[in-house]
Amino acid sequence: MRLSCSDLVIYVIFMLDDTDRRLLRLWQDTPDLSVADLAAAAGLTAGRAGRRLDRLREAGVLLGQQAVIHWPALGYAVQVSLRVSLDKTAARAFDDFIAAARAVPEVIEIQTFLGRVDVRLCVIARDLVHYQSIYRAHILTLPHIADIESLMTIAAVKSEEALPI
Amino acid sequence: MTPDDTDRALLRLMQHDAGQPASQLGRKLGLSQPATWRRIKALRAAGVLGAPRLVLDAASLGFGVTVFLGVKLATKGRVSLEDFERTVTAIPEVQTVEHVLGLYDYRLRVVARDLADFERVLRRRVMTLPGVGDVEANVLLSEERRPGPL
Repeated sequence: MRLSCSDLVIYVIFMLDDTDRRLLRLWQDTPDLSVADLAAAAGLTAGRAGRRLDRLREAGVLLGQQAVIHWPALGYAVQVSLRVSLDKTAARAFDDFIAAARAVPEVIEIQTFLGRVDVRLCVIARDLVHYQSIYRAHILTLPHIADIESLMTIAAVKSEEALPI
Repeated sequence: MTPDDTDRALLRLMQHDAGQPASQLGRKLGLSQPATWRRIKALRAAGVLGAPRLVLDAASLGFGVTVFLGVKLATKGRVSLEDFERTVTAIPEVQTVEHVLGLYDYRLRVVARDLADFERVLRRRVMTLPGVGDVEANVLLSEERRPGPL
């Protein structure tokens, strides 16, 4: 059997030294810092910190910075987690479902799981009336749904998503 | 605050990459650097734009497993919620904690090196949390964030 390169998944684990770790920890805690401030806080010159960060970028460890949007400030007060079980007898259930879910603008996260839940969608809405209209018109019409459960988010108690490095 | 179309375009660009300088963002929108900066500051002040999130590749740092836990509390009441929240947020492997309404009381995102490491976190840290009852675990296979209704 011929194996192509794409059949092999190799995870190369990047070994951080103490200085890398200090830089990433500080930056995770305060992502607002400029490279100069970050360097000063880590006890490095801006040049050395910059070179370290470049190396982490090249190694694919540091992927970038993403804006965090607070949807309630834009009038989206409701956030619901929809836990979906799919009809796995349909061959393309996952692909079809995810492709259709991407077309719903109010869906802000799509995750797939191994476990009791197959797919989770995070849906935002302006209020409960708006949520109900999205749910009926755009969610329940998604293909191959076997079962759906919802959890409404009351509060985000911790949300930085930092890695314990 | 009601952002205009330019603000929305700016937010979309920053969702994709918030590391780029204001001058570069401005060029893509046909704005000057100071005008772009003023808009970013206004979006920040209005609470629309939070501090950016540093995106690290978990797998290349040796974190191979992400698990979402649904946690039901066995005992409820104001004190138990506060106790639970204080203890759970202090666990380094717990990346997010959401208080939810429905089948579970809390939803946790937990990162671990591998399944054995996850089992250690689950047994030693999560199952010993004050007031913890039923716990359901789902292992994350894939994840995508969408731009949302901008």
